[in-house]
Amino acid sequence: MTTTSFARNQWYVAAYGSEIGRELFSRTVCGESILFWRTEAGEVTAMADRCVHRRFPLSENPSRLDGDTVVCGYHGFTYGADGVCVSVPGQKRVPRTARLTSYPVKEQDSFVWVWIGEKDKADEALIPRAPWLDSPDYTTVRGMEPLAARYGLLVDNLLDLSHETYLHGGYIGTPEVAETPITTEADEKAGVVYVSRHMDDAACPPFYARSTGVTGRITRWQDIEYHAPCLYLLHSRIAPVGAPGPRADGSDPDAFHVEVVYAITPETEHSTHDFWAVARDFALDDQEVSDFLYDSNRTVVLQDVVALNKLEQVIASEPDGTQELSINIDTGGLAARRILKRLVEAGAAESVAAV
Amino acid sequence: MGPQPTTMLDGDTVHRIVWIPGTDRLRGWCWCGESRESEDPVELWEWLLAHPDGHPGRGTAPAPGPAPRPRHLVGA
Repeated sequence: MTTTSFARNQWYVAAYGSEIGRELFSRTVCGESILFWRTEAGEVTAMADRCVHRRFPLSENPSRLDGDTVVCGYHGFTYGADGVCVSVPGQKRVPRTARLTSYPVKEQDSFVWVWIGEKDKADEALIPRAPWLDSPDYTTVRGMEPLAARYGLLVDNLLDLSHETYLHGGYIGTPEVAETPITTEADEKAGVVYVSRHMDDAACPPFYARSTGVTGRITRWQDIEYHAPCLYLLHSRIAPVGAPGPRADGSDPDAFHVEVVYAITPETEHSTHDFWAVARDFALDDQEVSDFLYDSNRTVVLQDVVALNKLEQVIASEPDGTQELSINIDTGGLAARRILKRLVEAGAAESVAAV
Repeated sequence: MGPQPTTMLDGDTVHRIVWIPGTDRLRGWCWCGESRESEDPVELWEWLLAHPDGHPGRGTAPAPGPAPRPRHLVGA
């Protein structure tokens, strides 16, 4: 049995929907090279990116799409949208085993989600939601940065926002962020970690003052909601001190909201796809605000990438189990690690049971 | 006593750790209602997740002290 650090039998974000069209597109998720393309009807399909014949990557030229089939550029093996081989060169009989592994996919909230694991366990209802990303009530900026570090380091990083003050000083950190107490909640059964930091009387960061028109002191809430293993949501709410809170029906018209979304998708044991998006419900048509949010969040992501790439090299060079030290700020990260460990073990156990 | 801790998650298996305002201490609540203070988040998670070892719970008794009542359900 091979052991990996990936949680199998889970949904992962493989791409933005806009990345996949009538061109062959390849992305590696949890060590599996997957070929994506859209059928003529617009449906996303996902299958192994290796021809069953001689393993040629179907995403490589001169492989090509022909209607709703993909033709291998090496010898012409041709596969349908379900991955089943429909023709082979020079003979009429298509071998029964000539089929590509296909993957359950679901396009939702601007992402393409792919199921890594046993196909019969794929349940679309398990995919966590990020509805802001394609809501007409929000404007979204987004990107994806390759990270040369294991995905656990990004989970650690995002679950502890106190690093903002140091690594990202001048961008999103303010002194209150590192000083405000935090509540951390872990729902083991649902695989969710929630980290709340509600600052009831904080300085308004210059960006928010400029884009919302709020000038005085603010209540500033930061609520992290991590749905292991892949989706991370940071709900950021700001309102003038004294404004009413959210209503019982969930609406919150007296506050401004920024929803920061990360999809943390393992590529290999030592690399990660770092998808990021920032959605806001104010200044919707203000391109300057969009540009600012894009530039500042991308800067923050790239600062993390540089730091985590370095950290990966250090950790990869040290023996397993090298001592580290955890303090109060790590409470959320520790909860996430526990849940991830459980998911990895559960996925491995199910795979063994299925053999 | 400081302000009420923020509580967001609901459900019958939620463990919660609150950084006690104005101190370096953490207080953890198991879903069974038991709670405990610590200065070490690793030790506190281990205690919470070991349930029922060390804290068999008090049935349906409410959690003590500044104990968190969820404001609303998320992630449902």
